[in-house]
Amino acid sequence: MDRAKEELVLNFQVQGRDFQGAGVAASQIRRVLKQVGFDPQVVRRAGIAAYEAEMNIVIHAYRGTLSARITAQEIEIVAEDEGPGIADIELAMQEGYSTAPPEVREMGFGAGMGLPNIKRCADGLEIASEVGRGTTLRARIVIKGT
Amino acid sequence: MEYFHSVRLDQEKCKGCTNCIKHCPTEAIRVREGKARIIQERCIDCGECIRICPNRAKIAVGDGLEKIRGYRYKVALPAPSIYAQFYPEVPVPRILGAFLALGFDAVFEVALAAEVVAAATKDFLLKHRGPRPLISPACPAVVSLIQVRFPALVDQIAPLETPMDAAARLARSKAVAEMGLRPEEVGTFFISPCPAKITAVRQPPTGLLSQVDGVLPLAAIYPDLLRASETAREVDPVAGPRGVGWGVSGGENASIGLNRLLHVDGIHHVINVLEGVEKGEVTDIDYIEAQACPGGCVGGALMVKNPFVARQALTRALASLELGPGYSPEELEARVAEGECQVAGRVKPRPALALDADLDNAIAKMKLLEDTLATLPGLDCGSCGSPNCRALAEDIVRGQAQDTDCVFRLRERVRILAEEVVELARKLPPSMAGK
Repeated sequence: MDRAKEELVLNFQVQGRDFQGAGVAASQIRRVLKQVGFDPQVVRRAGIAAYEAEMNIVIHAYRGTLSARITAQEIEIVAEDEGPGIADIELAMQEGYSTAPPEVREMGFGAGMGLPNIKRCADGLEIASEVGRGTTLRARIVIKGT
Repeated sequence: MEYFHSVRLDQEKCKGCTNCIKHCPTEAIRVREGKARIIQERCIDCGECIRICPNRAKIAVGDGLEKIRGYRYKVALPAPSIYAQFYPEVPVPRILGAFLALGFDAVFEVALAAEVVAAATKDFLLKHRGPRPLISPACPAVVSLIQVRFPALVDQIAPLETPMDAAARLARSKAVAEMGLRPEEVGTFFISPCPAKITAVRQPPTGLLSQVDGVLPLAAIYPDLLRASETAREVDPVAGPRGVGWGVSGGENASIGLNRLLHVDGIHHVINVLEGVEKGEVTDIDYIEAQACPGGCVGGALMVKNPFVARQALTRALASLELGPGYSPEELEARVAEGECQVAGRVKPRPALALDADLDNAIAKMKLLEDTLATLPGLDCGSCGSPNCRALAEDIVRGQAQDTDCVFRLRERVRILAEEVVELARKLPPSMAGK
């Protein structure tokens, strides 16, 4: 019998330029994924994708939300922000390319590895952006063996 | 699976306060029926609860000195941190001599084995092509912490012997070679600063049999050692400062001697760093020396001296001329070339936190947990016997607690009931109404 598939959604507010609070949302997501009992490597990949997506909001945007949609088949990380948007997504995907300002780079962030890292960890990555409005990023991690 | 734990509860002394539950790094303790209960699957024997308990109700059970009688040739393996418990009042050669006065036939310094382990670690790091940073296997509480709380990082634990295990192996082969004994006639006894080492010997994280035959907690034999040291004959130390330095945080990295090595001590600081590794934030580091106790092994939960005074004492011992020459660089090179200190067994995750084996069920429980958490006050007071509101929500979902265990929820229920009683008291039967 096909029973209803459970879905859990977690939402977190993320504040731009809040480097002290940065990473808290991703930590919560990782904690929930561990407690659900996902394979450690799945938790690792989803955790890195969530962390990098959260950091992108902190570094580049004014504010945003980080969400995780969790089912036994798939984990989807969604980062939606109000911010400057990305003019050239293809360029932003290149390793080492970053538009982070110098003071952010001095803190050790903005090395241009965020999006490539998310791409490496995810089974699917979609980015929609409008310059002057904001960016929505969706990263999917498919659970094998289901 | 059954777990052995050295950390136990003294029922008589436990008053059911909430100090231990709030400090446990794996949320492994609950207060139920007025007594602390340790959840076996989660406990990592770090000894934080021993340190924090105001009633001395948490204890560590190791081996007694009488166990050494079961062996024909008994070798003491003192951890380098042990020196700091006696130094500078007792010079190092007499500290080592005290073990002979206590009934041991020989002393083999764990610090000497640490020199070989450091050389092997350096070699391994230079050749390693895989995920970084690697994590030191030396602190067993950290290894257990990774198994329980950071399962994705188990493969980053360096597959090398701990100085304790290497010392037991070297001491046994030395006794066999020099005394003409059979291996099983030699008893190797680690003198331990902490409860985690006791557990690591009884139940090694790699699943391989330990080379150590018994573990004596320092605190248990301290008075005997102190007395014995007064008249003990001197035994010349062989281990040099590089090995002995392992007793304090940073000493292991110093003896490995490469760049990009990070050291961290204190279990909550270790958690902080491991979370960084998990996030992918710690990228420019090759190796992490992580120790659960403050200041390193000198701050062990079964030590006697103040951890910071002990750290200072060991630092002074390192600078003194009382230590040995250590292994020569050529000797170390030869030992590493032979593949010494490499271990075949890998550490496996210990999935103690999952809500359910079935993912769908676990997600359903997780939703219930989040909903339950939203009804709790979020004060994390611990009065319910769980370490925080989230843990209580988890315990409720697991069927191990109920919402009225929360004093605020209980008070709310009493208020609603009281209002209903008042409401009912105002009502009159129709025959009385209007009079």
